[in-house]
Amino acid sequence: MQTKSSEARTGWLLIAPPAVVTFLLLAAPLVTVLVYSVLTGSRGAVSLPVTGENYYNIFRTAGGNILEKLGDGSVWDMLKMRNWAGIADIFSSAPFLLVIGRAIFVAVMVTLVTVLLAYPIAYFVSFHVQSSKKSLWLFLITIPFWTSYIIRVALWRTILGYDGIVDSSLMGLGIMDTQLNVLQYGVTSIIITLSHAYAPFAVLPIFVSLEKVDRSLLEAGQDLGESKWRTFLRVTLPLSMPGVIAAVLIVFIPTAGDYVTPELIGAGKVPMVSNFVETQLLKSRNFAMGSALAATAMIVVALISVAFLLLNRRFIGGRK
Amino acid sequence: MSADKRQTMIEFRDIQKYYGDYHALRGINGTIRAGEFFSLLGPSGCGKTTLLRTIAGFEGIDSGAVLIDGKDMSSVPANMRPTNMVFQSYAIFPHMSVAENVAFGLRRDPRSKAEKAAAVEEALGMVGLKGYGGRAAHALSGGQRQRVALARALILKPKVLLLDEPLSALDKKMREHMQVELIKLQRQVGITFILVTHDQEEALVMSDRIAVMFEGQIAQLADPETLYRRPNSRKVADFIGTMNFIPCEILSENAGGYEVDIKGLGRVTLSADQVASDENSGTPAVGLRPEALTLLFPGQTSDERKVPGKIDEVIYFGDMTSYDVFIGGTDIEVRLSMRNVPGRPVMDVGTGVELSWSPSALVLFR
Amino acid sequence: MTKAPGLKTYAILYLAFLYGPILVLPLFAFNDKAVVSFPLSGFTTKWFGEMWADPNLWKALKNSLIISLSVATLSTVLGLFAARSSVRYQWPFKAPVMGFIMLPLVLPEMIIAMSLLIVLMALGIPLSIFTVILGHLLICTPFSVALMTSAFQSLDRSLEEAALDLGETPASTFRLIILPLVMPGILSSFLITFTISIDEFIVANFLGSGQPILSVYIFGQFRFPAKVPSMLALGTILVGLSICLLAIAEYFRRRGIARIGGKDSGGFL
Repeated sequence: MQTKSSEARTGWLLIAPPAVVTFLLLAAPLVTVLVYSVLTGSRGAVSLPVTGENYYNIFRTAGGNILEKLGDGSVWDMLKMRNWAGIADIFSSAPFLLVIGRAIFVAVMVTLVTVLLAYPIAYFVSFHVQSSKKSLWLFLITIPFWTSYIIRVALWRTILGYDGIVDSSLMGLGIMDTQLNVLQYGVTSIIITLSHAYAPFAVLPIFVSLEKVDRSLLEAGQDLGESKWRTFLRVTLPLSMPGVIAAVLIVFIPTAGDYVTPELIGAGKVPMVSNFVETQLLKSRNFAMGSALAATAMIVVALISVAFLLLNRRFIGGRK
Repeated sequence: MSADKRQTMIEFRDIQKYYGDYHALRGINGTIRAGEFFSLLGPSGCGKTTLLRTIAGFEGIDSGAVLIDGKDMSSVPANMRPTNMVFQSYAIFPHMSVAENVAFGLRRDPRSKAEKAAAVEEALGMVGLKGYGGRAAHALSGGQRQRVALARALILKPKVLLLDEPLSALDKKMREHMQVELIKLQRQVGITFILVTHDQEEALVMSDRIAVMFEGQIAQLADPETLYRRPNSRKVADFIGTMNFIPCEILSENAGGYEVDIKGLGRVTLSADQVASDENSGTPAVGLRPEALTLLFPGQTSDERKVPGKIDEVIYFGDMTSYDVFIGGTDIEVRLSMRNVPGRPVMDVGTGVELSWSPSALVLFR
Repeated sequence: MTKAPGLKTYAILYLAFLYGPILVLPLFAFNDKAVVSFPLSGFTTKWFGEMWADPNLWKALKNSLIISLSVATLSTVLGLFAARSSVRYQWPFKAPVMGFIMLPLVLPEMIIAMSLLIVLMALGIPLSIFTVILGHLLICTPFSVALMTSAFQSLDRSLEEAALDLGETPASTFRLIILPLVMPGILSSFLITFTISIDEFIVANFLGSGQPILSVYIFGQFRFPAKVPSMLALGTILVGLSICLLAIAEYFRRRGIARIGGKDSGGFL
């Protein structure tokens, strides 16, 4: 005998253990970070009063605070004079903004590369592989993802580094006569490495959404005289957008917060925001500033994700 | 084995059931007798499956009571009820063999292993699956799964066997075959069978009595013949078989009977038992089944009342032909069906014909 | 199926891009030159010997096994609870609660690690293997929930009702019917969360207080060029093990689907 309330009670009882564990391990820490980020920090401790100073400090540069420069109009003047170099100088002398900006730039590039590379492969597996062999293809694509992340990242160092596999092969084959040493272009090699690491993440959601596309719609499109390419653009692509969106978010969010690659590939010379959070929290032991930086990174990533979602909703909605 | 058919097996007492705001069962009352083959018939969403599941104990009710063999089942959980169910999906346990499936309910039975094995073999024999015990459950066909489900339920000798649309997944031929088998099986074991179906033909063929349900209520509870010949509302008449509705005017009432003027057919006196009890059928009309109308072929005569007509549509079925005919001088069309006996022609569209009909076959909807 | 030679070529190139770096592992693990570059100079197994002889590796492995086995067990149990609750029962606020449990999937690991670290330091809880287990539990539970949910979803609810109908109690129904039928899901959840946990670096590094843990050990060793070949040897072994575990997990997942007569509808995610 199941009445409604007893069903809800059983449901709650069962969900309680995972929900409580997640609450204690996730919600409580996130709230603590937010609280710390508005407290006054000293080395190894935080204290009252509540302050916005930590967030203000994110805009710090070598010569003053950007917010002040916005206030006194000097940045606006540079904008009016089209003094791009001057603006770039200011931002590159703002250590926190620089690492946040670099993380976002890397994440955007990696997302672009992985999703663009992944779409054709997802399309191929969904539309041109016999259904009995689809699982095998997916299995082949996912295996690399399940092998140690550290090892995969470190491998790229040996591949791209000075006298590494790329250089020694190119020179051995006589194509190049000097070391290319891609590794020294820190951000480039970080993007290459992360694009490889997150490739399978992008394929799966796109594949799943392509699988849901009703094949008779495509036949209908071609039956009505559309070319294959136009059918793809007008039917398949819009219908697979949910998968593309999922792929973008799945790749963008963790890459923006990546820590390992800048350490191993960039040798700590091109830190991203996560590396700075570590520096603030563990090396400077400034918990308040570290929390503010972590919170800012979270907020920026969340805002970009939400903006992207909204943009797509409008795009898809507009097409209907 | 055969139970006394006048004895009550199940009693519904004003059952009310809500799913959130949705009122699924609206005051169900009625009794199901011991040993009868009972059907719950209705369109999808009418509450018939919900009602069956309240008997089994899978659904709670908000008020009212279900009594099985005189005992209130309110506090009896599904596993303690003297009912067993054959599910629409058959619910054959996929990780067990056929014999393990059938023996599942005997787990707490104190009998010896050999006695249980014999019982399983007997149950399998009863449903025509002797020797299938060792097969893997997932390797069975749809019809075989259903037989396993039947054997699994019947081996426990329940007081009531509940069947939730058991034939809906089978093809037409298999379905007709299983209908006959189920009737035979029910007579053999003498257990009360309650069948849920949306197929009126299936219900008419198989049942001793039928409850027709609409929108969470029982519209009519009767034996198949009464349901067919004397539906108590226009809705029931429309749901069961084909019914021609012809508008009429009520002239006078006399001891429950009526004198009416039927459009195109003329004046008729109807006795009280020809009047549907439901008084909210809308504009008055009489109902006439297709087989109660006869098309007079050239040279044929009839003592019944006659009316001229013109054939509008002919549909040939092989063993019979269905005609749509305009009744002379009106825009009213009736459907009738004629057996195709040797030497009888199939008439053409547009032919003028004569129909004969009998006032005793009419039902009045007020 | 229409032919698409261009796409097929692309697909093969893509697989080459995915697998190329991984093929470097065995190639240079057996190469007898200390520098990882072409041309190959000769076959050797000495890097495996060197790796094997390092006592720190064995300490790290022991710690990692303790962590990963605990995490796989705990997260699978939590996943089982959550999946059963969300698939079988209706209760208020289901969508937000389930979304919250799945949230760690879309949070950067660094954020998870750092916020946990702040709380642990605030509470004065010393960092240890146990704190790594907590962090990994948070990361792995959503994977378990997803896998167990798909296992429960392919379970016909009337099977459960049939067992009740045939006289079993809810508890014995769970043991006799539900558990055997979702067992493949349980096994694949266990194997996959084990794999995730043993590979995970960030939480292990920041919440492990310098305890030797496999991923942290590998990260550290890669900083010394001389250690790279023996790490490639270790990597070769780990990749081989990962593939074995995944193949087993996939086998159980598919068997589970075949067993209850379902249709295969995707991979791990």
